[in-house]
Amino acid sequence: MNRRKGGYPRPLDFRDGRVDMSHGSGGRAMAQLIEELFVAAFDNPLLRRMNDQAAFSVPAGRMVMATDSHVVSPLFFPGGDIGSLAVHGTINDVAMAGAHPRYLSAAFVLEEGFPLADLRRIVRSMARASRAAGVPVVTGDTKVVERGKGDGVFINTTGVGLVPEGIDISSERARPGDKILLSGSVGDHGVAVMSCRENLSFGTAVESDSAALHGLVQAMVAAAPDIHCLRDPTRGGLATALNEIARQSGVGMMLQEAAIPVRPEVAAACEFLGLDPLYVANEGKLLAICPAPAAQPLLAAMRAHPLGREAAVVGEVREDPHRFVQMETAFGGRRVVDWLAGEQLPRIC
Amino acid sequence: MKYVDEFRDRAAAAGLAAAIAREADPAREYALMEFCGGHTHAIFRHGIQGMLSPNVRLVHGPGCPVCVLPGGRIEAAVALAGIPGVILCTYGDMLRVPTANRGSLLKAKAAGADVRMVYSSADAVRIARDNPGREVVFFAIGFETTTPPTAVAIREASRLGLKNFSVFCNHVLTPAAMGAILGPPGQEGKGVRIDGFVGPAHVSTVIGSRPYEPFALDYRKPVVIAGFEPLDVMQAILMLLRQLNQGRAEVENEFTRAVTRDGNRKAQALMAEIFELRPDFEWRGLGRVPDSGLRIGERYAAWDAERRFGVEERAVPDQKGCECAAILRGQKRPRECNLFGTACTPESPLGACMVSSEGACAAHYAYGRWRDVA
Repeated sequence: MNRRKGGYPRPLDFRDGRVDMSHGSGGRAMAQLIEELFVAAFDNPLLRRMNDQAAFSVPAGRMVMATDSHVVSPLFFPGGDIGSLAVHGTINDVAMAGAHPRYLSAAFVLEEGFPLADLRRIVRSMARASRAAGVPVVTGDTKVVERGKGDGVFINTTGVGLVPEGIDISSERARPGDKILLSGSVGDHGVAVMSCRENLSFGTAVESDSAALHGLVQAMVAAAPDIHCLRDPTRGGLATALNEIARQSGVGMMLQEAAIPVRPEVAAACEFLGLDPLYVANEGKLLAICPAPAAQPLLAAMRAHPLGREAAVVGEVREDPHRFVQMETAFGGRRVVDWLAGEQLPRIC
Repeated sequence: MKYVDEFRDRAAAAGLAAAIAREADPAREYALMEFCGGHTHAIFRHGIQGMLSPNVRLVHGPGCPVCVLPGGRIEAAVALAGIPGVILCTYGDMLRVPTANRGSLLKAKAAGADVRMVYSSADAVRIARDNPGREVVFFAIGFETTTPPTAVAIREASRLGLKNFSVFCNHVLTPAAMGAILGPPGQEGKGVRIDGFVGPAHVSTVIGSRPYEPFALDYRKPVVIAGFEPLDVMQAILMLLRQLNQGRAEVENEFTRAVTRDGNRKAQALMAEIFELRPDFEWRGLGRVPDSGLRIGERYAAWDAERRFGVEERAVPDQKGCECAAILRGQKRPRECNLFGTACTPESPLGACMVSSEGACAAHYAYGRWRDVA
């Protein structure tokens, strides 16, 4: 085992090795972790220059920037893991401005003792997600905290993107008469994560919907350039996202419960856990609000994309000084869909 | 979803709404109390009130165990959680419930206490087995539905000889609370505006329908036991209107798929083995109610956290200006309370009815607010 490689004492032990304090110390062990794991996985010309920053040229126009920290528990869940989630989450935040995401940064907070095998699995998953999305990780950072002061790994990602000429998508632009479109079923991510919590594990075929939505957004913007609002309903679910838009735009909304897609497995899990799927997190769905005449072309464009096949018009924007999001229930009644009080589920993303 | 969709069918709901509209006498007002938080939740979540004739009013009862537990008991639980070495286990809804001095178990947890949310009393027993060096206290709450599982946990602890496990018992009884709302028979007219009850669903699977018979006989209030699905509730409302219009006062059972007259005798026997009646128990909003609470009996005293830790009873007055008592008696509606939606909100509840999503005020705030401005 005295074999030397690249000047380091021995290669990282990805079978039984664990993160220790030296991996965050700025010394040789950290350089080795960066080189053998992060650079190897994320490999791209900007990262390969090994600077503390990535330098790239910027075309004229508007840029967007978004950041998101990921603390999901457990780290691996059906349909994804903290790595793929960290890539998709930030890409989606950038894309919800109608922008083309260009670059990502990734910062890791590792807990002393975390298995290197798990870290490699996460980093490789992240690299796969970033490559599939065509959005490279071009700069990063690693810190290690003492055992007991983290929960395995936390990941922050930041993304930058470019907004095409003439696009102005923002959550204060919803207007009375606008239609509300949803790209697919709600609650999948939250239920998938919950199904593998240690004190709650239940058998379900539900997988997280974690996905990068920028391709869908591009198709939507091409079909309906005058989309007023886009939002990915993550923590707090559909209900929270709509209440945020209603507040920002100073409008009310009326939803049709029967039009909102919910998978039967998700509905069943929510039923026995006492949750409302409208408040359960999604990681691969989006909401769009557009002028009524654009609704049908937009719906057609969404349904033509693999991530929008189940898209539906779920309601409309109304004038309402109280800014209530209301819903006609599938049962035939009517109720407010309020902000979430407290939290339904902690550490979901 | 099988066995659920059938009970939420829109066409059947429209049919029942039409039948209720035909049955409701426009010349009279009907005030019907659904006792259980589970019914309150179904009514708001599915928007049932708006499907009824305007003269059929639903009064939301105290049947939410989280809401009715008084501040003093929560303070005692916070104090238990603060004892070094104690792991306090409870159901998730209890974590946010405020004490009089704005504390809560959630805040105690943030300050370093070991408070754990469990989904079942069996989880608390498991935690005690896994942590032999720690004192594990199960903060037990609820009506007759959650009482048998607590009894099972205590019996299991006894069987295993688990010396580091105990139960802080706060179980309460439904019929006693219904009586407290109405007052003594014959004098109940004073201020109370309740013509009949939608009777509990899950509670009745345990105690049966017999314990409600005095409300029909002595108080002349019809009771219809109903399941928690929205069609169950609408069917029960129709049955109550028919009784009232025909001048009948009977206990009827809409929830025949789960409830019998005698209930679950095995569960009742288990409860009788482990628990005994307290002379009285304090309820948020209702004050001290005789024969309304359970404590652990002599035989299982070794697993009683109140005895083990010398828990002291401290009465905490309800919030000044809070109208919970009047709301629970059907005398006032949530929006008639000055604190509703201003000082008292689901984010920072002051009164019992705002504490959990099943409380009358919280449900109205979250789901029904549009009716106040429509």
